[in-house]
Amino acid sequence: MSDALKELIYKIADDQFILGHRNSEWTGFGPMLEEDIAFSSMAQDKIGHSFALYTMLRELGEQDPDTVAFTRNANQFHNCIFVELPNGEYDFSLVRHFLFDTAEALRFEMLLNSSYEPLALLAKKIRGELRYHTIHANTFLKKLGSGTEESISRLQKSLDYSLPYAMGMFEPSPYESELISEGIFGGEEKLREQWTKKLRK
Amino acid sequence: MYGGGTTFEGIKAEKKDDPVKLAEFEARIERGEKIEPTDWMPALYRKQLIRMIEQHAHSEIIGALPEGTWITRAPGFKRKMALMAKVQDEVGHAQLLYSAAETLGKSREEMIDDLINGKSKYSNIFNYPTFTWADCCFISWLVDAGAIVNQLANAKGSYGPYCRALDRICAEESFHLKYGHHCVIYLAAGTEIQRQMFQDALNRWWPPMMHFFGPSDKISVHSDTLMKWKVKMGSNDDMRNQFLDMYVPKIRELGFVIPDPKLNKNEETGRWEYTEPDWEEFKRVINGDGPCNKERLAVRRTAEERGRWVREALRSPKTVYQMPLA
Ligand SMILES: [Fe+2]
Ligand SMILES: [Fe+2]
Ligand SMILES: [Fe+2]
Repeated sequence: MSDALKELIYKIADDQFILGHRNSEWTGFGPMLEEDIAFSSMAQDKIGHSFALYTMLRELGEQDPDTVAFTRNANQFHNCIFVELPNGEYDFSLVRHFLFDTAEALRFEMLLNSSYEPLALLAKKIRGELRYHTIHANTFLKKLGSGTEESISRLQKSLDYSLPYAMGMFEPSPYESELISEGIFGGEEKLREQWTKKLRK
Repeated sequence: MYGGGTTFEGIKAEKKDDPVKLAEFEARIERGEKIEPTDWMPALYRKQLIRMIEQHAHSEIIGALPEGTWITRAPGFKRKMALMAKVQDEVGHAQLLYSAAETLGKSREEMIDDLINGKSKYSNIFNYPTFTWADCCFISWLVDAGAIVNQLANAKGSYGPYCRALDRICAEESFHLKYGHHCVIYLAAGTEIQRQMFQDALNRWWPPMMHFFGPSDKISVHSDTLMKWKVKMGSNDDMRNQFLDMYVPKIRELGFVIPDPKLNKNEETGRWEYTEPDWEEFKRVINGDGPCNKERLAVRRTAEERGRWVREALRSPKTVYQMPLA
């Protein structure tokens, strides 16, 4: 079970770690100061979560968080390509933030019942933060999605561009059936279904 | 003020002010009362305050760039988390300050336009590059230290919204200072390479740090009026002296050498003596010809241009700030 668990934690941690960095690149560069600040908060939360997860891996016999996070080579990372993509313009960053954070909130909601206690505890702990992120994404998407012609068409374009990449968030692990049967995680397939349902709303 | 390099121009009082109202206004300041947005104030007071608060706000967002560039490269989780929070604070300071300036009748959009057009200045020190992590540590510790010296003085000024913004800002700055100091102590206690890294940063940043407080009193424009109105709260040389008093010992205590052989405190006068900073360079840089001016403004301009559609889509008459956040 240890390999399956490690693979899962690496995947979640690396996604958070990389997207956290991307979010931090908006500092000093946002469309308005309020968004610099919001993206920085999310960056801090994501990198903070990744730290908590790398610390968990430490307990499972991996090296310390700094070594794991900052000295691995690119091919040793488990993140999806979606979180790596350059920020581009604000419309793409916002759409990615919306798609990713919606999935992230659902993932941790599932993890609340994880048989691996540290994951369940972390999920409980960061619930509030994640809620704040999805509220931010929903609010901005709504406002810009009903703003000007330009804002509406930009969001649509970014959404079309992002959706195929977003599927990468749900790539099943080689240990998928083990994770599910051990009750560690309900599985990527189930997560994707919930996510799709949520987006339809 | 972030950089005491605030330039005051056109400070001859206009004679149009109602003498009775003016006397009342000056008496209030004399008594230590704060002036609030809806109170009567001389046109010159309003103009100079906008100028000063606006320059301070610009310094915060432009100041986020040289440190911001080290966020993705900061060494390790601990530093990265702290640096992200610190730079975020600086952007928050800009937000507070723009809204304080808006109470005087100039919109944030107009202020940022003036920044991009080069009409309005920001602290000169941010026109220098952060080559290494140690440069970033220099800013977090010593540039923030300089900012605190100015900001604590200005917090005793006469304009209510600015003072209240500064009180909040100073509270956060004291965390920045502690963080920056820790970063430098760590390098000082590190390997020979780490020590040398900070020494090099100190060599690079000392001249702009001396410029930071603005031209020497001998050559800068004095304004008794602005002093009397508690807009300007101390002379540039006084601020510089205070900074040297507080930080030269701390720098030396860590075993670093300040690159000015003449730097010495005259115990009789209580004043620091130093090689006169190159004020020609200061002028040149503030007028646009420094190592990073073009880059800094280009970043700001790009951010504004790319963000325009967002602001337009969000704009509604309800979002205009009238009251300061602080
Ligand atoms: Fe600041
Ligand atoms: Fe600063
Ligand atoms: Fe600061």
